[in-house]
Amino acid sequence: MGNTVIKAINLTKVYKMGEIEVHALCGLSMEVQQGEIIAIMGPSGSGKSTLMNILGCLDRPTSGEYILDGENVSRLKDDELAKIRNKKVGFVFQSFNLLPRATALINVELPLRYAGSNHNHHEVAKAALEAVGLGDRMNHRPNELSGGQQQRVAIARAIVNDPAIILADEPTGNLDSKAGEEIIELLLSLNRERGTTLIIVTHDPDIAAHTHRIIHIRDGVVVSEERT
Amino acid sequence: MNVLTSFFEALDSLRSNKTRSALTILGIVIGVGAVIAMISIGRGAENSITGSIQGIGTNLLFVLRTQSSDVTNPQPLTLEDAEAISDPFLAPSVAHVAPMLEGQAKVTYDGESQLIIVSGITPEFEIVHNYQVTEGEFISEDQLLGRSSVALIGPDAADNLFGRKTGIVGETIRIEGQPFRVIGVLESKGGSTFTNQDNVVLIPLTTAQTRLFHRSKRNQVDLLIVEAYSPDAVQSASDEVSEILRNRHKTKIGADDFTILKQQDFIETASMITNILTIFLGGVAAISLLVGGIGIMNIMLVSVTERTREIGLRKALGARRVDILVQFLTESATLSLIGGILGILLGWGISYVVGLIAAANKANITPTVTLDTILLATLFSTAVGLFFGLYPANRAAGLEPVEALRYE
Repeated sequence: MGNTVIKAINLTKVYKMGEIEVHALCGLSMEVQQGEIIAIMGPSGSGKSTLMNILGCLDRPTSGEYILDGENVSRLKDDELAKIRNKKVGFVFQSFNLLPRATALINVELPLRYAGSNHNHHEVAKAALEAVGLGDRMNHRPNELSGGQQQRVAIARAIVNDPAIILADEPTGNLDSKAGEEIIELLLSLNRERGTTLIIVTHDPDIAAHTHRIIHIRDGVVVSEERT
Repeated sequence: MNVLTSFFEALDSLRSNKTRSALTILGIVIGVGAVIAMISIGRGAENSITGSIQGIGTNLLFVLRTQSSDVTNPQPLTLEDAEAISDPFLAPSVAHVAPMLEGQAKVTYDGESQLIIVSGITPEFEIVHNYQVTEGEFISEDQLLGRSSVALIGPDAADNLFGRKTGIVGETIRIEGQPFRVIGVLESKGGSTFTNQDNVVLIPLTTAQTRLFHRSKRNQVDLLIVEAYSPDAVQSASDEVSEILRNRHKTKIGADDFTILKQQDFIETASMITNILTIFLGGVAAISLLVGGIGIMNIMLVSVTERTREIGLRKALGARRVDILVQFLTESATLSLIGGILGILLGWGISYVVGLIAAANKANITPTVTLDTILLATLFSTAVGLFFGLYPANRAAGLEPVEALRYE
């Protein structure tokens, strides 16, 4: 294992709901090495989603430091965070979140368009779709694809910018068990072939069993870690 | 993202909700169409009105008597005034003077009676008003001196009395019971907006003075029509006429017992009135364009709400605030641009149809659609789209990615 990709030190997050302050994270620290596969588990209300939002640079911690790929991103402005998300984070959502009117290819191209680069978007996006085994479905729209295929498109979209980490939030939650297994298999193979760092939030112990390390969270802090 | 990509994305997203987009565009179409139609019709009316004033004759001044309490001893205009003004040494800018006496009279032919404007005129009237006769001849100097009972008849008056416009010379009409021989028929001057210049009877001024219209003073006339040598000479002619009349009437400066109206003033006034009318109509039409703009805002707000998750996703994938802003602004600008183009066609069509209707009613209004009208409407509608798109787009761009992604 090489460099530290994620280094979170004493993260807190406080939401104000009217008069009441909700402490979603209470001094959470964790580290992830490059090429690792991590599962984050915890009951609902444990602060998983808040942690994922911060790790994905969708949100900022109230206090504490978050160093992603060597860069301290805990105090960046909105547009700077957008740039970090575009370059360093790939998202895989439970509900796929594809643009319904756009073809698979265009969906995968989307992060490239926002990257502002002038490379050949089509070629890069095609390569990503081929990597997830959908080279023959490029011009299909999401409603012409099965759930498993839609999630593959989402994964292709996540890897297209060659990010430092991929965050997968219940990636198999909307899939049947067979398609779910295939998706997990795909994620694992991407990790094997490309060394992509994977962070998977899941309830499913079977999925967690495939990872290198399981981090259990409760009440906004890490309660235990186990190596599998 | 480049402009073209955003434009195609905008088109794509508008196409995905065809009915809604079409209805939103309709608001702009009606607004732009109304603005273009109103301005074009207004311009057409202006051209028609100033054109018909110009048709009365060029370089003309009209001298009228004014009743004013400021003047201690007001004098009417007389034939002698007219003679003084036609003196080339006193008034070098004046080409011709046509004195005129005018009144309404009962004109009878073969038991058919009409109330018609009868004007007592001199031969100069033919020159200053640029009149032609379609048959017969104009009133001559001899007939003026001899107080002849002869009459010229306008085409509409001829039609009303005789039921025809030709073969009238030699007939005898009665004006207030007195017989007059018709010596000519006037050419048509076209329907004027104010008075019908074709429904008239012209007789020698001297005959009118002695037999028809009795005024308080002998040789009194109602109106002097003065023709200047050129449009540039109108002002100096006006000054010369003023000076002559002040001397002859022995009035002080600033207390004239006469008024000089320049034809150019009429044109300017008419032009101003129609301009105000055009601006007013255009303004009313612009309100409908504004309503169309509010329609865009409304639909874009709905669209932003519906696509909250999409916005969240785009932000998660690295879209900056400005990317989202541009995306939604492009959509609203595209709506208004398409609406603007269709609106131009609609406005053009309305103007054309109004022109046809006007022509069918002999109103002689030719709506003129000009390039600046089109440019104005296009710019205005796009500005409306951008302005009313700004609020929804800003709302979309300001969404927090976390919240937007969670939105159901």
